[in-house]
Amino acid sequence: MPHKIIEKEELSGANKRFRIEAPLVAMSAKPGQFVIIRIDESGERIPLTIADSDEKTITLVFQEVGATTIRMGKMKAGDSLEDLVGPLGRPSEIENFGTVVCVAGGVGIAPMHPIAKALKSAGNKVISIIGARSKNLLFWEDKIRSVSGETIVMTDDGSHGRKGVVTILLKELLDKGGIDRVIAIGPPIMMKFCAATTLPYKVKTIVSLNPIMVDGTGMCGACRCLVGGKTKFACVDGPDFDAHQVDYDLLMARLKMYQEKEKQAMDASGNVPKKA
Amino acid sequence: MASKTKTPIPEQDAHARAKNFDEVALGYTEEQAVQEASRCIQCKTRPCAEGCPVGVLIPEFIKLIKERKFAEAAAKMKERISLTAVCGRVCPQEEQCEKVCTLRKLGDPVGIGRLERFIADWERAHGVRIPVPPKPNGRSAAIVGAGPAGLTCAGELAKIGYKVTIFESLHKPGGVLVYGIPEFRLPKAIVAAEVDYVRKLGVEIKTDVVVGRTITVDEILKNYDAVFLGTGAGLPQFMNIPGENLNGVYSANEFLTRVNLMKAYKFPEYDTPVNAGKRVVVIGGGNVAMDSARCALRLGAESTIVYRRSEEEMPARKEETHHAKEEGVKFELLAAPVQILGESGRVRGLECIRMKLGEQDTSGRRRPVPIPESNFTIECDAVIVAIGQTPNPLIPQTTPGLSIEPKHGTIIVNEALLTSRERIWAGGDATTGAATVISAMGAGRNAAREIDKFLRG
Repeated sequence: MPHKIIEKEELSGANKRFRIEAPLVAMSAKPGQFVIIRIDESGERIPLTIADSDEKTITLVFQEVGATTIRMGKMKAGDSLEDLVGPLGRPSEIENFGTVVCVAGGVGIAPMHPIAKALKSAGNKVISIIGARSKNLLFWEDKIRSVSGETIVMTDDGSHGRKGVVTILLKELLDKGGIDRVIAIGPPIMMKFCAATTLPYKVKTIVSLNPIMVDGTGMCGACRCLVGGKTKFACVDGPDFDAHQVDYDLLMARLKMYQEKEKQAMDASGNVPKKA
Repeated sequence: MASKTKTPIPEQDAHARAKNFDEVALGYTEEQAVQEASRCIQCKTRPCAEGCPVGVLIPEFIKLIKERKFAEAAAKMKERISLTAVCGRVCPQEEQCEKVCTLRKLGDPVGIGRLERFIADWERAHGVRIPVPPKPNGRSAAIVGAGPAGLTCAGELAKIGYKVTIFESLHKPGGVLVYGIPEFRLPKAIVAAEVDYVRKLGVEIKTDVVVGRTITVDEILKNYDAVFLGTGAGLPQFMNIPGENLNGVYSANEFLTRVNLMKAYKFPEYDTPVNAGKRVVVIGGGNVAMDSARCALRLGAESTIVYRRSEEEMPARKEETHHAKEEGVKFELLAAPVQILGESGRVRGLECIRMKLGEQDTSGRRRPVPIPESNFTIECDAVIVAIGQTPNPLIPQTTPGLSIEPKHGTIIVNEALLTSRERIWAGGDATTGAATVISAMGAGRNAAREIDKFLRG
C-alpha cells in the first residue's frame, strides 16, 4: 500500500529526511526498530531505521549512497513510497541503567535519537557523542542535545566541535569511570572500534547492525551475522546485539557482496553519488 | 478404444528454455484437451476425486470438457477450489488423483493435471465469471498469510457471506506462489489473476502487515470473530558447516525471493541484484532445490545438485527432476557437503564426502552413511542451501497461549484445525511443516468449514 511523503528535508551532505504517513507502523514503533521500503514496482527492498514517530507518521533519514537512495533523494513531498513495512526487529533494551554513553556516527545519528530519548525518559544520565567526518555532514545536533544530559560533537577534520574520532572521547569517559552502558550506531568500522575501546573496561556495549536485508521478517537469512560464534538473523534476532560478541569483519565482508552489481545499477541509472 | 498413452503436452525446447524464464509447458489446445478428456472412462468408483486433497469433481469437469462445455467445466472446478490454474500446474498429480486413476491398469492415467490447467487457462482467456456476492452473514474472519492456505480459506469464507481480511507481510500476496515457485513453472501473471479472483469474491488483502510486529493476533481478535493462521514454513535451515556465511552462500529462500519476487533476473531493469556467478551448487533434493538449480541455470550459470541419497529417494517431483536434467542441470548424488571453501571472503568451492546407503531410518528411507576418506571438491562461485524450512517463530512468540510442537516449531491444532487458543485456527505448512501447495489449499478449505461450523454454533 502506498505511503505518502508528508515532508522532505535536506539535512546535510547526502543525508535527507522524510516524514511519511504510516499510521499502523507509527502506532507500534519502538526505539531501535526499522522498516523496509520499496520505492516502486521495479524497486528493491531496503531497510531504514525509524528515527522518530508521532501518532500517524514516522521519520526516516537516509544517506544517498546507491541507486535506490539516490532515486529516493529525488522524491518530493506529496510523492508516495509504494511499500513500507514495519516496525521490524526487536526494540532496543530500555531500562534505567544509570549512566549511558550514546555514540553515533554519520547517518547513525538518526537512529540514535529515539533510543537516547527513551533512555533519558527511563531516568538514565545520557551522554551523547556524535561524530562525522566534517561539519557539513553533521545534522540533528539540537535534537540530540534535547534528549541528552550532555552532548559532545566531534569531527575528523576539526571543522566543528572536537577534532578526532569518537573513540578518543569514549576512552576519556571510560577512564573517568561511572559508565554503566555504551550504545554505538554508525558505520561498522566505527562500531568495531567502539567495541574494542569498551572491552578492557568491561562496560556492557550494544551495537545496531546494518547488514544487507531482503524481506526483513526472518525468511531468508540474507542479514545473517555471527554473534558469539552463532549465526543470527539481524532482522529478527536484532538489529541490536552485544558489541563484544559481534564478528565485524564478516559483517563488513558481507556488506560488499554486491559491490559490482551496485556499481552496475548506478551506471544504469545514470546517477552519480554525491561525495559524502 | 481409448489410447493407452496421455496426449502429450507441448513444451518449450529444453535448449531454448534453459535461457529464459518463460513457462516450460505450453498447455493443451482445445483439440488436445478434448482428445485427452475422451480417454476418461467415467468409472463409477471415481478414485481420482477421492485422491484429490480438496475433492475436485474430476469426472464431472472432464465430462464437460469432452462435451466442449469449457465454461461449465471451469465452474465445476471452481465449486471446490479457487486457485484452479495453480493446482493444475504445481500439484503432484502422480501422487494423488492420477495415481489412483482406473486407466492405470491399462496404461497412462488420464492427464487430470493438464486438463485442470487447460480449463483454468481457457477461462482466463475468455473472461472469468465472478459469482454474485452473497448477502453478508454478519460474521467476520481475519486470515494471516496470503499463501495457498490463506487464500483458499479466505475465498471459501467469502463465498458464504463472511467479511474477510487477509494480512500479508510481503508486498505481494501469494506466499510461496510468488516468492518460491519460479516464473517458468508458474507465471506470476497467473498468480496475480488468481489472487484477483479471490479479491473479487469480496476479500480484502492488506499487504505489508507483519502480524506479530505491525499488529498482534490478539489485537486482530478484537475486531474479528475468527482468525486463521496460514503463515507457512518460511524459516530457512542452514547446515551449520564451516563457510556458510561466506559471500555467495544463499538460503534457497533468499535466492528464490530475489529471483522470483524481486525479479533479479531482470537486473538492472529491476533494482534487486543476485550473484549466481559461473558455477552454482545447490544442496538438497526437493522441489525447492530443483527450482533453485533451474533458476541458476537461467541466470547463465552451470548448475549442479548435490544430494546425499540416490535419485530414487529424491523428494522432488519426477517431472521436475526430468525437466532439470533435460535443461542440463548436473546431479552429484550420494554426496554430502562437509565445508564451503572460500577465498577473500567469497565462495570458491564445496568440499563433499561420498555416501553409501545403509539401514532404513524411521521414514523408511535408507540412511546415507559417509564413506571415510572419500572427500572431493566441486569448484563453484555460489552455494544455495535447499535443505528445508520450518515455521517462522514470530507469531507463536507474540501470541500468548498458542501451543507449538517444540522440535519443529509447528503450530499444534486439533482435528478441527483449532489451535490451543479460542477462535484461532491454523493450517497448511504452519501446522505440518513444509508440504505441498494442494495440501495447504485442502487445509484452508477445511478450516473455512470448521470456522463456519463453530461460529454458527
